[in-house]
Amino acid sequence: MKVAFTVSGGDLAAPLDSRFGRAPKFLVYDLDKETFEVVDNRQSLDAAQGAGIQSAETVARLGAKALVTGHCGPKAFRVLRAAGIGIHYAGEGTVAEALARYRAGELPEAAAPDVEGHWA
Amino acid sequence: MILAIASGKGGTGKTTVSVNLARAFDSEIQLLDCDVEEPNDHLFLKGAPTGREIIGIPVPEVDEALCDGCGECGRFCEYHAIVSFGTTPLVFPEMCHGCGGCTMVCPVKAIRETAKPIGAVETRRAGNVTLVQGRLDIGAAMAPPLIHAVKARLRRDLPAILDAPPGTSCPVIATLRGADFVLLVTEPTPFGLHDLTLAVEMVRALGIPFGVVVNRVGLGDDRVHRYCGQRHIPILLEIPDDRRIAEACSRGGLIVEALPEYRGLFRNLVGKTMFRTNPKEA
Repeated sequence: MKVAFTVSGGDLAAPLDSRFGRAPKFLVYDLDKETFEVVDNRQSLDAAQGAGIQSAETVARLGAKALVTGHCGPKAFRVLRAAGIGIHYAGEGTVAEALARYRAGELPEAAAPDVEGHWA
Repeated sequence: MILAIASGKGGTGKTTVSVNLARAFDSEIQLLDCDVEEPNDHLFLKGAPTGREIIGIPVPEVDEALCDGCGECGRFCEYHAIVSFGTTPLVFPEMCHGCGGCTMVCPVKAIRETAKPIGAVETRRAGNVTLVQGRLDIGAAMAPPLIHAVKARLRRDLPAILDAPPGTSCPVIATLRGADFVLLVTEPTPFGLHDLTLAVEMVRALGIPFGVVVNRVGLGDDRVHRYCGQRHIPILLEIPDDRRIAEACSRGGLIVEALPEYRGLFRNLVGKTMFRTNPKEA
């Protein structure tokens, strides 16, 4: 199973980026193979509107079944849920720390978006 | 003759010029308030409302029984207003631009269009002026379809003034397309000049002849005048920075009525713009 993290850096030591729709990159970690890839989200970062929807489509296309991020707005939340992706909110810290907490079951699946659209 | 009043910067006096020009015109004229996010020409031209029509844009509605989840609609939509993951698509009507593309590309004809209201077109009569204004609903983001609906009321047999929204983005372009001449209203300040240069680039790209109105002449500096002089852009009207004008405007009054000494300036502008014989000088 793959888990997507929102990041601005390029490795596990990079801090989690709290934005979802306007996240610079996604780090997609494969729990089965213990490998990861980093995918640019430039397209959504530059979008005039609909960044959350577009980012959710990207995460779905990457095959992730869970997302760990700081915040998620209502439109992105709807798309992620429709794509069968669980959303998990994590506070500040590195991707490695968030991954450890995710594995330990310390990041419960969110039941609702936690911010309005265009919050950032 | 369709004359559009635009500006890069907001608050330079588009509405002031529009309503006074309309009143200074001594015969029947149409004034279209295309600043549908905050129409305000009606504050200066009081008159009896003559009509109101709700305007909607077509948004997709998916028949789940017919949809096979192929995803063509989502791949087509530039605005992510419809999204599909091999299941019945999700629709975000507030993102939809109403182009109808998803309906057209759906191989199984599972999508039909329904109207989503975005605002209203209101008309009123104020002396020689027929005022048509768009009023976008609060929370609606798509101004151009409503602007098109306002412009659809335009009668070709009568002259018209279009009061554009500020800026240089889609709602302004939607207003200016089809105009015969554009007046760019600015003020002699660094901000006024900066946004005027953007507006000049815009009307040049649209290929519409234009001239400049400098409002509140006396404040700021002379850079707007120098800019226009260097580029051979005609300054067709200069409105002085006169406190009495601000006072008249703040009461919802017209300059041409409250301060008759300025009536000649606007009469003159009517002659320079509405009855132009050589529209090539810009």
